[in-house]
Amino acid sequence: MKELGFFDLIGFGPEGWGATLLAGAGMTVIVALCGFAIGLLIGTLGTWAKVSGGPIVRKAAEIYTNVLRGVPDLLVIYLVYFGGSAILTSIWTFYGASGFVSFPGFIAGSLAIGVTSGALNIEVLRGGLSAVNRGEIEAAYAFGMPRLLLFRRIIAPLVLRHALPGLGNSWLSVLKESSLLSVTGIAELLRQAQVAAGSTNRPFDFFIAAGILYIVLAAISGLFVLFAERHFSRGTRRA
Amino acid sequence: MNDRAQERRVPAIQIRDLHKSFGPVEVLKGISLDANEGDVVSILGSSGSGKSTLLRCINLLEVPNSGSITVAGETIRMKAAKTGSRPDDPGQVDRIRARLGMVFQNFNLWSHKTILENVVEAPIHVQGRTRKDCIAEAEALLAKVGIADKRHAYPSHLSGGQQQRAAIARALAMHPKVMLFDEPTSALDPELVGEVLRVMRALAEEGRTMLVVTHEMGFARDVSSRVVFLHKGVVEEDGAPGEVFGSSRSKRFRQFLAG
Amino acid sequence: MDPIFIGETLLKLLSGVPLALELAVSSIALGALVGLMIALLRLSGVWLLISAAWAYVLVIRSVPLLVLLFLFYYGLGQFAAVRASILWPFLREPYWCALFALTINTSAYAAEIIRGGLLSVSHGEKEAARACGMSGLLMFRRIILPLAIRQAIPAYSNEMIAMVKATSLASLVTLMEISGIATTIAAETYRPVEVYVAAGIVYLTLNLILTRAVGLLEYRLNPHRRPAPHAVAAKGGISQ
Repeated sequence: MKELGFFDLIGFGPEGWGATLLAGAGMTVIVALCGFAIGLLIGTLGTWAKVSGGPIVRKAAEIYTNVLRGVPDLLVIYLVYFGGSAILTSIWTFYGASGFVSFPGFIAGSLAIGVTSGALNIEVLRGGLSAVNRGEIEAAYAFGMPRLLLFRRIIAPLVLRHALPGLGNSWLSVLKESSLLSVTGIAELLRQAQVAAGSTNRPFDFFIAAGILYIVLAAISGLFVLFAERHFSRGTRRA
Repeated sequence: MNDRAQERRVPAIQIRDLHKSFGPVEVLKGISLDANEGDVVSILGSSGSGKSTLLRCINLLEVPNSGSITVAGETIRMKAAKTGSRPDDPGQVDRIRARLGMVFQNFNLWSHKTILENVVEAPIHVQGRTRKDCIAEAEALLAKVGIADKRHAYPSHLSGGQQQRAAIARALAMHPKVMLFDEPTSALDPELVGEVLRVMRALAEEGRTMLVVTHEMGFARDVSSRVVFLHKGVVEEDGAPGEVFGSSRSKRFRQFLAG
Repeated sequence: MDPIFIGETLLKLLSGVPLALELAVSSIALGALVGLMIALLRLSGVWLLISAAWAYVLVIRSVPLLVLLFLFYYGLGQFAAVRASILWPFLREPYWCALFALTINTSAYAAEIIRGGLLSVSHGEKEAARACGMSGLLMFRRIILPLAIRQAIPAYSNEMIAMVKATSLASLVTLMEISGIATTIAAETYRPVEVYVAAGIVYLTLNLILTRAVGLLEYRLNPHRRPAPHAVAAKGGISQ
């Protein structure tokens, strides 16, 4: 049997797994984006809770960040996946049916990523908020800007300017965390690489290929962050 | 203050035709200077005159582009390099530095060590002397500069004047041939300047060889045995304080004194 | 949610703690050493070394730990040459693969943290050391490194916690540390949520202890950053 070369394996020819790998990368990006979006939402809510919430809300946010800081991402994924399945199953049996309902892998994955990155984002956004010049916000209040508009036009952009590097790191960590979702069976990049490796008995080639794809994704993300930083730093003086 | 300035002996420091440029800007344009043992030389000049650069060239914190520096008869060997010249033998540089004591404008005490630890650090680890001897001597030096009670404190807990006096003790602990002072009082609050100048005056009266870059005219006039005035990288005046302050022929120096 | 079951599971999981700690401590220590070397390369001034170190950090920070882990554990066995080599008894053991992967993963972050620490040492303190005649090595050992370490500890404590969490991935290559035992129990008892809650409690406790320990270390190493023990006389003057 002809020994296949690396580029045959990852290419798009008859023996090539290139399309599968790219599909996996695409799924990685999609689930990461969904997870990141959820994480941003949680981060914003959590920051608001810590900054201007009552004592109970603040304590809840604090417990949330502390717990997630100490628990491995893998465990969070298991808990969301099995916990979600348990909830769905009990709802299912409540309506009289039997059997085990598994929580859809994609939703479980995005939620899990959202939950872990949310905790990180709370700290990042809090730091970003504290770095904003109080005076600029007060000026907006003084001009009678309504709260929602104030948030959208003044606070959010200013916070983002300072929080961008941290958020960029958060995104990178989300990208990498998506590889853990392979345990739930979602067809993201690492899972596809595992399937291909098992099928062709060439694990080294495919994990290297996966690694390269992750590097490419990280590099593209880096460019986006760079452009975003330029955009949000309009008007600041280069120190 | 020092009568021995006239004695003939190997000069403590000999500088010949020193040139130093930072990029396209030439800061030292051929300085030649001698300091004999026991001399207290005040180096004056407006900012940009090159006085700090001159001092820092002596212990090679700045590397001159050309010229020679001789400390206690030993010339620092230089070799040609892309950007002027480089010291030929790092071991020689370290050895010569260990014979020069430098006191910085910003004290530069090591923040993670107590005052006592700061003073004994170099004698133990660079000169290889025994810990017991170094500690005993350090405590004596700290008492001499007046901060014996602060020896177990950290630099951040001391006032500027106390830190600078500690820095002087640290330099003295190396038994230097020559003490170099780079604007020692410029970073101090006015009311703390006096305590440091008092210590420096006491050192001068002991007969220490000192090169002092300073703005303190009182010190230059009353304590030093020689005054050197630098202007734009060139020595404009070099003589005893009486001559220089009293009957200087340099218009620029008189402008400097006035302004 | 049966607290008794969770409690029992917790006790069973404790037997996985030594392995997890072993992996964590070893990889942190080795990773710090490698990270120090990489940081020194970055600061070496030689363009080739700087670029190589920069590329290393970039690559390792972009690739997920799990990919690295699988690459070593499953990937290396692909090559007949590796299987025949004297290293094979090591390389096919999941423990060594996990240690290797964890070490490399943390070394990139360690390099950045240590580099930041080294760069933070004030210029003045370095000049004072040179002015005393300290050679480069002596100055590095006595002045730069101690100050850099003190500066790096807060950032490094985050990395250490991340490494303790990262050991959970070892369960995916058959190692029976905390998560590995948990997965086994979950499969046997069909009660995954409670088992993983118990596992979470174990990790939380470990990290809590770790945070406290680092906080204590930081306190002990930084007497110079605390306020003075007695009131310091602000006035100058020769000693009273």
